[in-house]
Amino acid sequence: MRALEPWVVEPLQAFLSESSARLTLLMTSSGQVVAQHGFSRSLDVMTAAALGAGIVASTEELARLMGSPRFGALVHHGVGQSCMLGAFPTPRGRWIGLVVFGPETSVGIVQLFFDQMVEQLALAAPREQAPPPMLAENFESELDASLKALFGR
Amino acid sequence: MNERDLLDRVTRVPGVRGVLLVAAADGLVVAEQLMDGVDGRAAAALAGSLVGRLTRTAEQAGHQRPTFVHLRAEAGSVLAAPGPDDLVLVAVIAPDANVGLARLEMIDAAGRLG
Repeated sequence: MRALEPWVVEPLQAFLSESSARLTLLMTSSGQVVAQHGFSRSLDVMTAAALGAGIVASTEELARLMGSPRFGALVHHGVGQSCMLGAFPTPRGRWIGLVVFGPETSVGIVQLFFDQMVEQLALAAPREQAPPPMLAENFESELDASLKALFGR
Repeated sequence: MNERDLLDRVTRVPGVRGVLLVAAADGLVVAEQLMDGVDGRAAAALAGSLVGRLTRTAEQAGHQRPTFVHLRAEAGSVLAAPGPDDLVLVAVIAPDANVGLARLEMIDAAGRLG
């Protein structure tokens, strides 16, 4: 497990221990990765983050069109593994969690401990102002730096 | 007898603080009757997981799946009775509850599920 911000480590580690999730990705609503567990290739992280952020944006727009509040979470059940995608507020802005899990755990367990992680992240987050949004001219260098930190190379 | 009636029967046993019908594979609540202070979502997720693991353990050991699970703690117990269609009846009971009667009612109710 690797995280760009140290205060994320403890809540995420607790979630991973309790939920038995295979893969986990925490990202901002724009798809900027904050922490990852289980991914071995940076390309997979970039793809999953982009797709996850896109799906959340799409479902939130659908909810808006239907005049309903945001969806809490999206769960895709598969035979070998399932995927949960949930957006949540933090003191550092709106974040997204993408969790892939197998039959060794259950969606109830994953959702239960995901919600606990969200509460712990809210408590652990530093109270200083959130970092400014990433600018297009800085995007590539910021992305390179993030991936190096997340994969240690 | 519908699910609500089955839950009613178990809830009427003295000392029972809540009863849930849980989809074991998902750990999600199907129906519930709970007193204040009982976290149904957590009970469903954790009890569903426990029963699933115990069932796999029994099967790996060459035994049949458990018909009743009693998890005893200082402040009470969690009882679980697996039924058909991957459903599990779960009860959260106080330490002074009538466990014997709760067990009988749960096994009977679980047999009527599905």
